Amino acid sequence: MTADILVWSVIAAQIMLVVAMGCYAWRVVRGPRAQDRVLCLDAMYVCAMLLALTVGIRTGSGVYFEAALIIGVLGFASSVALAKFLMRGEVIE
Amino acid sequence: MSRAFPYPLLTAGLLLMWLLLTSFSLGQFLLGAVVAAAASRAMAALQPSKPRLRRWQLIPHLLGIVTLDILRSNAAVFGIIVQGRRRERSSGFVAIPLDLRDRTGLAVLSCIVTSTPGTAWIEYAPESGVLLIHVLDLVDKDEWVALIKNRYEAPLMEIFE
Amino acid sequence: MTHASDLPTWAAVLTALLVLIGAGLTLAGAIGTLRFGSFYERVHAPTLGTSWGTGAIALASIVFFSALGSRVVVHELLIAFFITVTTPVTLMLLVRAAIYRDRTEGTADVPARSALKPSGGNIAPGSDGAG
Repeated sequence: MTADILVWSVIAAQIMLVVAMGCYAWRVVRGPRAQDRVLCLDAMYVCAMLLALTVGIRTGSGVYFEAALIIGVLGFASSVALAKFLMRGEVIE
Repeated sequence: MSRAFPYPLLTAGLLLMWLLLTSFSLGQFLLGAVVAAAASRAMAALQPSKPRLRRWQLIPHLLGIVTLDILRSNAAVFGIIVQGRRRERSSGFVAIPLDLRDRTGLAVLSCIVTSTPGTAWIEYAPESGVLLIHVLDLVDKDEWVALIKNRYEAPLMEIFE
Repeated sequence: MTHASDLPTWAAVLTALLVLIGAGLTLAGAIGTLRFGSFYERVHAPTLGTSWGTGAIALASIVFFSALGSRVVVHELLIAFFITVTTPVTLMLLVRAAIYRDRTEGTADVPARSALKPSGGNIAPGSDGAG
Protein backbone atom coordinates (compact mmCIF):
# COMPACT_ATOMS: atom_id res chain seq x y z
CA MET A 1 0.00 0.00 0.00
CA THR A 2 2.64 2.51 1.01
CA ALA A 3 4.76 1.34 -1.90
CA ASP A 4 1.84 2.14 -4.20
CA ILE A 5 1.65 5.70 -2.86
CA LEU A 6 5.33 6.17 -3.58
CA VAL A 7 5.17 4.60 -7.04
CA TRP A 8 2.20 6.64 -8.16
CA SER A 9 3.45 9.94 -6.75
CA VAL A 10 6.83 9.46 -8.42
CA ILE A 11 5.08 8.72 -11.72
CA ALA A 12 2.89 11.81 -11.24
CA ALA A 13 5.97 13.89 -10.48
CA GLN A 14 7.68 12.63 -13.62
CA ILE A 15 4.65 13.52 -15.71
CA MET A 16 4.61 17.02 -14.17
CA LEU A 17 8.31 17.47 -14.92
CA VAL A 18 7.82 16.36 -18.52
CA VAL A 19 4.91 18.79 -18.90
CA ALA A 20 7.14 21.52 -17.45
CA MET A 21 9.80 20.67 -20.02
CA GLY A 22 7.12 20.90 -22.69
CA CYS A 23 6.14 24.40 -21.50
CA TYR A 24 9.76 25.51 -21.59
CA ALA A 25 10.23 23.93 -25.02
CA TRP A 26 7.22 25.91 -26.24
CA ARG A 27 8.88 29.10 -25.00
CA VAL A 28 12.16 28.12 -26.64
CA VAL A 29 10.37 27.75 -29.95
CA ARG A 30 8.17 30.82 -29.60
CA GLY A 31 10.72 33.23 -28.17
CA PRO A 32 9.95 36.09 -28.69
CA ARG A 33 13.55 37.09 -28.15
CA ALA A 34 16.84 35.26 -27.82
CA GLN A 35 17.11 35.88 -24.07
CA ASP A 36 13.77 34.12 -23.48
CA ARG A 37 15.02 31.12 -25.41
CA VAL A 38 18.26 30.90 -23.42
CA LEU A 39 16.38 31.32 -20.12
CA CYS A 40 14.02 28.46 -20.92
CA LEU A 41 16.80 26.25 -22.29
CA ASP A 42 18.57 26.66 -18.95
CA ALA A 43 15.37 25.79 -17.10
CA MET A 44 14.96 22.72 -19.31
CA TYR A 45 18.36 21.50 -18.18
CA VAL A 46 17.22 21.83 -14.55
CA CYS A 47 14.05 19.88 -15.36
CA ALA A 48 16.08 17.13 -17.01
CA MET A 49 18.29 16.97 -13.93
CA LEU A 50 15.28 16.66 -11.63
CA LEU A 51 13.86 13.99 -13.92
CA ALA A 52 17.09 12.01 -13.56
CA LEU A 53 16.78 12.29 -9.76
CA THR A 54 13.20 11.00 -9.80
CA VAL A 55 14.20 8.12 -12.09
CA GLY A 56 16.84 7.32 -9.47
CA ILE A 57 14.15 7.19 -6.78
CA ARG A 58 11.94 5.02 -8.98
CA THR A 59 14.62 2.46 -9.76
CA GLY A 60 16.39 2.67 -6.42
CA SER A 61 19.73 2.94 -8.15
CA GLY A 62 22.39 5.49 -7.27
CA VAL A 63 23.77 5.81 -10.80
CA TYR A 64 21.26 8.49 -11.75
CA PHE A 65 22.72 10.86 -9.18
CA GLU A 66 25.95 11.09 -11.20
CA ALA A 67 23.94 11.60 -14.38
CA ALA A 68 21.99 14.41 -12.70
CA LEU A 69 25.22 16.06 -11.56
CA ILE A 70 26.68 15.92 -15.07
CA ILE A 71 23.49 17.34 -16.62
CA GLY A 72 23.60 20.19 -14.10
CA VAL A 73 27.25 21.02 -14.84
CA LEU A 74 26.78 20.91 -18.61
CA GLY A 75 23.63 23.01 -18.39
CA PHE A 76 25.40 25.67 -16.37
CA ALA A 77 28.36 25.85 -18.75
CA SER A 78 26.20 26.03 -21.86
CA SER A 79 23.86 28.66 -20.42
CA VAL A 80 26.78 30.86 -19.39
CA ALA A 81 28.27 30.51 -22.87
CA LEU A 82 24.94 31.42 -24.50
CA ALA A 83 24.43 34.41 -22.18
CA LYS A 84 27.94 35.57 -23.01
CA PHE A 85 27.11 35.17 -26.69
CA LEU A 86 24.04 37.39 -26.34
CA MET A 87 26.14 40.05 -24.65
CA ARG A 88 28.65 40.55 -27.42
CA GLY A 89 27.83 38.13 -30.19
CA GLU A 90 31.06 36.18 -29.69
CA VAL A 91 31.61 33.33 -27.26
CA ILE A 92 35.38 33.66 -27.06
CA GLU A 93 36.83 37.12 -26.87
CA MET B 1 50.66 26.43 7.49
CA SER B 2 49.18 29.28 5.50
CA ARG B 3 51.75 28.60 2.77
CA ALA B 4 50.76 24.95 2.50
CA PHE B 5 47.03 25.69 2.64
CA PRO B 6 46.46 29.17 1.26
CA TYR B 7 42.67 28.75 1.26
CA PRO B 8 41.69 26.53 4.20
CA LEU B 9 37.93 26.87 3.58
CA LEU B 10 38.29 25.98 -0.09
CA THR B 11 40.51 23.01 0.75
CA ALA B 12 38.07 21.73 3.36
CA GLY B 13 35.14 22.22 0.99
CA LEU B 14 36.84 20.33 -1.83
CA LEU B 15 37.78 17.50 0.51
CA LEU B 16 34.21 17.27 1.78
CA MET B 17 32.90 17.19 -1.79
CA TRP B 18 35.37 14.44 -2.69
CA LEU B 19 34.25 12.34 0.27
CA LEU B 20 30.58 12.86 -0.53
CA LEU B 21 31.06 11.83 -4.15
CA THR B 22 33.09 8.72 -3.35
CA SER B 23 32.87 7.20 0.12
CA PHE B 24 34.00 7.96 3.64
CA SER B 25 37.15 5.83 3.99
CA LEU B 26 40.75 6.50 4.93
CA GLY B 27 42.06 5.90 1.42
CA GLN B 28 39.58 8.33 -0.15
CA PHE B 29 40.32 10.83 2.61
CA LEU B 30 44.05 10.82 1.78
CA LEU B 31 43.47 10.97 -1.97
CA GLY B 32 40.92 13.75 -1.54
CA ALA B 33 43.25 15.70 0.72
CA VAL B 34 46.01 15.57 -1.91
CA VAL B 35 43.62 16.69 -4.67
CA ALA B 36 42.13 19.47 -2.51
CA ALA B 37 45.57 20.77 -1.50
CA ALA B 38 46.75 20.77 -5.12
CA ALA B 39 43.59 22.51 -6.30
CA SER B 40 43.81 25.23 -3.68
CA ARG B 41 47.47 25.79 -4.60
CA ALA B 42 46.35 26.19 -8.20
CA MET B 43 43.69 28.64 -6.99
CA ALA B 44 46.42 30.68 -5.27
CA ALA B 45 48.10 31.13 -8.65
CA LEU B 46 44.95 32.95 -9.83
CA GLN B 47 45.30 35.37 -6.89
CA PRO B 48 41.64 35.95 -6.11
CA SER B 49 40.75 38.53 -3.51
CA LYS B 50 40.74 36.76 -0.18
CA PRO B 51 37.41 37.05 1.63
CA ARG B 52 37.72 37.98 5.28
CA LEU B 53 35.10 36.53 7.60
CA ARG B 54 34.78 38.75 10.61
CA ARG B 55 31.81 37.24 12.38
CA TRP B 56 31.23 33.79 10.97
CA GLN B 57 28.90 32.86 13.83
CA LEU B 58 26.18 34.94 12.13
CA ILE B 59 26.24 32.74 9.00
CA PRO B 60 23.88 29.97 10.26
CA HIS B 61 21.40 32.63 11.36
CA LEU B 62 21.47 34.33 7.95
CA LEU B 63 21.21 30.94 6.22
CA GLY B 64 18.08 30.15 8.23
CA ILE B 65 16.46 33.50 7.41
CA VAL B 66 17.25 33.13 3.70
CA THR B 67 15.96 29.54 3.51
CA LEU B 68 12.66 30.53 5.12
CA ASP B 69 12.34 33.66 2.96
CA ILE B 70 12.91 31.64 -0.20
CA LEU B 71 10.28 29.15 0.94
CA ARG B 72 7.82 31.96 1.65
CA SER B 73 8.37 33.71 -1.66
CA ASN B 74 8.11 30.36 -3.43
CA ALA B 75 4.61 30.09 -2.03
CA ALA B 76 3.86 33.71 -2.99
CA VAL B 77 5.03 33.35 -6.60
CA PHE B 78 3.22 30.01 -6.84
CA GLY B 79 0.05 31.84 -5.81
CA ILE B 80 0.62 34.60 -8.38
CA ILE B 81 1.11 32.07 -11.19
CA VAL B 82 -1.92 29.99 -10.19
CA GLN B 83 -4.17 33.05 -9.88
CA GLY B 84 -3.11 34.24 -13.29
CA ARG B 85 -4.66 37.45 -14.53
CA ARG B 86 -7.50 37.44 -12.05
CA ARG B 87 -5.52 39.67 -9.70
CA GLU B 88 -4.13 43.12 -10.42
CA ARG B 89 -0.37 43.01 -10.15
CA SER B 90 2.36 45.34 -11.23
CA SER B 91 6.03 44.57 -11.49
CA GLY B 92 8.84 47.05 -11.69
CA PHE B 93 12.42 48.05 -11.08
CA VAL B 94 13.66 49.26 -7.70
CA ALA B 95 16.94 51.12 -7.21
CA ILE B 96 18.58 50.46 -3.85
CA PRO B 97 21.56 52.46 -2.57
CA LEU B 98 23.85 49.93 -0.88
CA ASP B 99 26.50 50.54 1.74
CA LEU B 100 28.00 47.10 1.35
CA ARG B 101 31.26 47.29 -0.63
CA ASP B 102 32.93 43.94 0.07
CA ARG B 103 33.02 41.89 -3.15
CA THR B 104 32.29 38.57 -1.47
CA GLY B 105 29.42 40.13 0.44
CA LEU B 106 27.97 41.50 -2.79
CA ALA B 107 28.33 38.08 -4.41
CA VAL B 108 26.43 36.45 -1.53
CA LEU B 109 23.77 39.17 -1.71
CA SER B 110 23.36 38.55 -5.45
CA CYS B 111 22.91 34.83 -4.77
CA ILE B 112 20.23 35.60 -2.17
CA VAL B 113 18.35 38.10 -4.34
CA THR B 114 18.42 35.93 -7.46
CA SER B 115 17.57 32.67 -5.69
CA THR B 116 14.49 34.25 -4.18
CA PRO B 117 11.61 33.95 -6.64
CA GLY B 118 10.00 37.34 -6.98
CA THR B 119 13.20 39.36 -6.94
CA ALA B 120 15.90 39.42 -9.60
CA TRP B 121 19.27 41.13 -9.49
CA ILE B 122 19.52 43.33 -12.57
CA GLU B 123 22.55 45.53 -12.26
CA TYR B 124 25.00 46.98 -9.76
CA ALA B 125 26.92 50.19 -10.30
CA PRO B 126 30.18 49.94 -8.32
CA GLU B 127 31.01 53.64 -8.61
CA SER B 128 27.82 54.81 -6.88
CA GLY B 129 26.91 51.61 -5.03
CA VAL B 130 23.36 51.60 -6.39
CA LEU B 131 21.76 48.24 -7.02
CA LEU B 132 18.89 47.73 -9.45
CA ILE B 133 16.54 44.84 -8.79
CA HIS B 134 13.34 43.75 -10.48
CA VAL B 135 10.39 42.86 -8.28
CA LEU B 136 7.54 40.71 -9.57
CA ASP B 137 4.85 41.90 -7.18
CA LEU B 138 5.67 45.53 -6.52
CA VAL B 139 3.45 47.45 -4.13
CA ASP B 140 5.72 49.82 -2.26
CA LYS B 141 9.27 50.60 -3.41
CA ASP B 142 10.46 51.91 -0.05
CA GLU B 143 9.35 48.71 1.60
CA TRP B 144 11.64 46.70 -0.68
CA VAL B 145 14.57 49.06 -0.10
CA ALA B 146 14.12 48.69 3.66
CA LEU B 147 13.70 44.92 3.38
CA ILE B 148 16.90 44.34 1.40
CA LYS B 149 18.88 46.77 3.54
CA ASN B 150 17.76 45.59 6.97
CA ARG B 151 17.22 41.93 6.36
CA TYR B 152 20.17 40.98 4.17
CA GLU B 153 22.61 43.84 3.87
CA ALA B 154 23.04 44.55 7.58
CA PRO B 155 24.03 40.96 8.55
CA LEU B 156 26.25 40.67 5.48
CA MET B 157 28.06 43.87 6.45
CA GLU B 158 28.57 42.49 9.94
CA ILE B 159 29.94 39.25 8.55
CA PHE B 160 32.24 40.60 5.86
CA GLU B 161 33.24 44.15 6.85
CA MET C 1 9.89 -1.13 -8.14
CA THR C 2 9.97 -3.96 -5.62
CA HIS C 3 12.52 -2.23 -3.39
CA ALA C 4 9.90 0.34 -2.34
CA SER C 5 7.99 -2.25 -0.32
CA ASP C 6 10.98 -2.52 2.04
CA LEU C 7 10.57 1.14 2.94
CA PRO C 8 9.01 2.18 6.24
CA THR C 9 5.67 3.97 5.86
CA TRP C 10 6.83 7.37 7.09
CA ALA C 11 9.73 7.40 4.62
CA ALA C 12 7.52 6.42 1.69
CA VAL C 13 4.92 9.07 2.50
CA LEU C 14 7.54 11.76 3.11
CA THR C 15 9.35 10.93 -0.14
CA ALA C 16 6.08 10.95 -2.09
CA LEU C 17 5.09 14.32 -0.60
CA LEU C 18 8.46 15.95 -1.25
CA VAL C 19 8.66 14.66 -4.82
CA LEU C 20 5.18 15.99 -5.56
CA ILE C 21 5.97 19.39 -4.01
CA GLY C 22 9.19 19.71 -5.99
CA ALA C 23 7.64 18.68 -9.29
CA GLY C 24 4.62 20.91 -8.67
CA LEU C 25 6.80 23.96 -8.03
CA THR C 26 8.83 23.25 -11.16
CA LEU C 27 5.66 22.89 -13.22
CA ALA C 28 4.29 26.15 -11.77
CA GLY C 29 7.52 27.88 -12.79
CA ALA C 30 7.17 26.53 -16.32
CA ILE C 31 3.57 27.71 -16.54
CA GLY C 32 4.73 31.07 -15.21
CA THR C 33 7.11 31.52 -18.12
CA LEU C 34 4.15 31.03 -20.43
CA ARG C 35 1.91 33.45 -18.56
CA PHE C 36 4.16 36.40 -17.79
CA GLY C 37 4.28 39.16 -20.33
CA SER C 38 7.81 40.55 -20.37
CA PHE C 39 11.29 39.04 -20.16
CA TYR C 40 12.05 40.63 -16.80
CA GLU C 41 8.93 39.03 -15.35
CA ARG C 42 9.75 35.69 -16.93
CA VAL C 43 13.16 35.67 -15.21
CA HIS C 44 11.37 35.09 -11.89
CA ALA C 45 9.52 31.96 -12.94
CA PRO C 46 12.29 29.34 -13.36
CA THR C 47 13.73 30.20 -9.94
CA LEU C 48 10.76 28.32 -8.46
CA GLY C 49 12.22 25.17 -9.95
CA THR C 50 15.79 25.98 -9.06
CA SER C 51 15.20 26.93 -5.44
CA TRP C 52 12.69 24.74 -3.62
CA GLY C 53 11.80 22.61 -6.63
CA THR C 54 15.30 21.23 -6.68
CA GLY C 55 15.53 21.40 -2.89
CA ALA C 56 12.41 19.31 -2.33
CA ILE C 57 13.36 16.62 -4.85
CA ALA C 58 16.91 16.44 -3.47
CA LEU C 59 15.45 16.10 0.04
CA ALA C 60 13.13 13.36 -1.21
CA SER C 61 16.11 11.52 -2.67
CA ILE C 62 18.01 11.90 0.61
CA VAL C 63 15.09 10.54 2.64
CA PHE C 64 14.49 7.69 0.21
CA PHE C 65 18.07 6.42 -0.06
CA SER C 66 18.77 6.95 3.64
CA ALA C 67 15.73 4.87 4.60
CA LEU C 68 16.45 2.26 1.94
CA GLY C 69 20.04 1.63 2.94
CA SER C 70 19.45 2.49 6.63
CA ARG C 71 22.43 4.80 6.50
CA VAL C 72 22.65 8.54 5.98
CA VAL C 73 23.08 9.50 2.32
CA VAL C 74 23.59 13.21 1.84
CA HIS C 75 25.35 13.58 -1.50
CA GLU C 76 22.17 15.01 -3.05
CA LEU C 77 22.93 18.11 -1.01
CA LEU C 78 25.74 18.69 -3.51
CA ILE C 79 23.18 19.09 -6.30
CA ALA C 80 21.09 21.51 -4.25
CA PHE C 81 24.17 23.53 -3.31
CA PHE C 82 25.48 23.48 -6.86
CA ILE C 83 22.19 24.67 -8.35
CA THR C 84 21.88 27.41 -5.71
CA VAL C 85 25.33 28.73 -6.58
CA THR C 86 25.18 28.43 -10.37
CA THR C 87 21.66 29.68 -11.09
CA PRO C 88 22.36 33.28 -9.96
CA VAL C 89 25.45 33.36 -12.17
CA THR C 90 23.50 32.24 -15.22
CA LEU C 91 20.53 34.52 -14.55
CA MET C 92 22.68 37.56 -13.81
CA LEU C 93 24.69 37.13 -17.01
CA LEU C 94 21.48 36.61 -18.96
CA VAL C 95 19.74 39.64 -17.44
CA ARG C 96 22.81 41.76 -18.05
CA ALA C 97 22.86 40.65 -21.67
CA ALA C 98 19.14 41.35 -21.96
CA ILE C 99 19.36 44.83 -20.46
CA TYR C 100 22.38 45.58 -22.66
CA ARG C 101 20.43 44.54 -25.75
CA ASP C 102 17.34 46.48 -24.69
CA ARG C 103 19.34 49.62 -24.05
CA THR C 104 21.22 49.37 -27.33
CA GLU C 105 17.97 49.00 -29.23
CA GLY C 106 16.16 51.48 -27.03
CA THR C 107 12.88 49.56 -27.30
CA ALA C 108 11.75 48.24 -23.93
CA ASP C 109 11.14 50.53 -20.99
CA VAL C 110 14.21 49.66 -18.93
CA PRO C 111 15.84 52.20 -16.61
CA ALA C 112 18.79 53.99 -18.16
CA ARG C 113 22.28 53.35 -16.87
CA SER C 114 22.44 56.91 -15.54
CA ALA C 115 19.47 56.14 -13.29
CA LEU C 116 21.88 54.23 -11.07
CA LYS C 117 23.71 57.40 -10.13
CA PRO C 118 21.77 59.38 -7.51
CA SER C 119 23.58 62.67 -8.21
CA GLY C 120 23.05 62.45 -11.96
CA GLY C 121 25.77 62.71 -14.60
CA ASN C 122 26.61 60.19 -17.25
CA ILE C 123 28.51 56.96 -16.98
CA ALA C 124 30.03 55.21 -19.95
CA PRO C 125 27.77 52.31 -20.92
CA GLY C 126 30.77 49.99 -21.22
CA SER C 127 31.75 50.24 -17.53
CA ASP C 128 29.64 47.40 -16.29
CA GLY C 129 29.39 46.61 -12.62
CA ALA C 130 31.22 43.73 -11.00
CA GLY C 131 29.35 41.24 -8.94
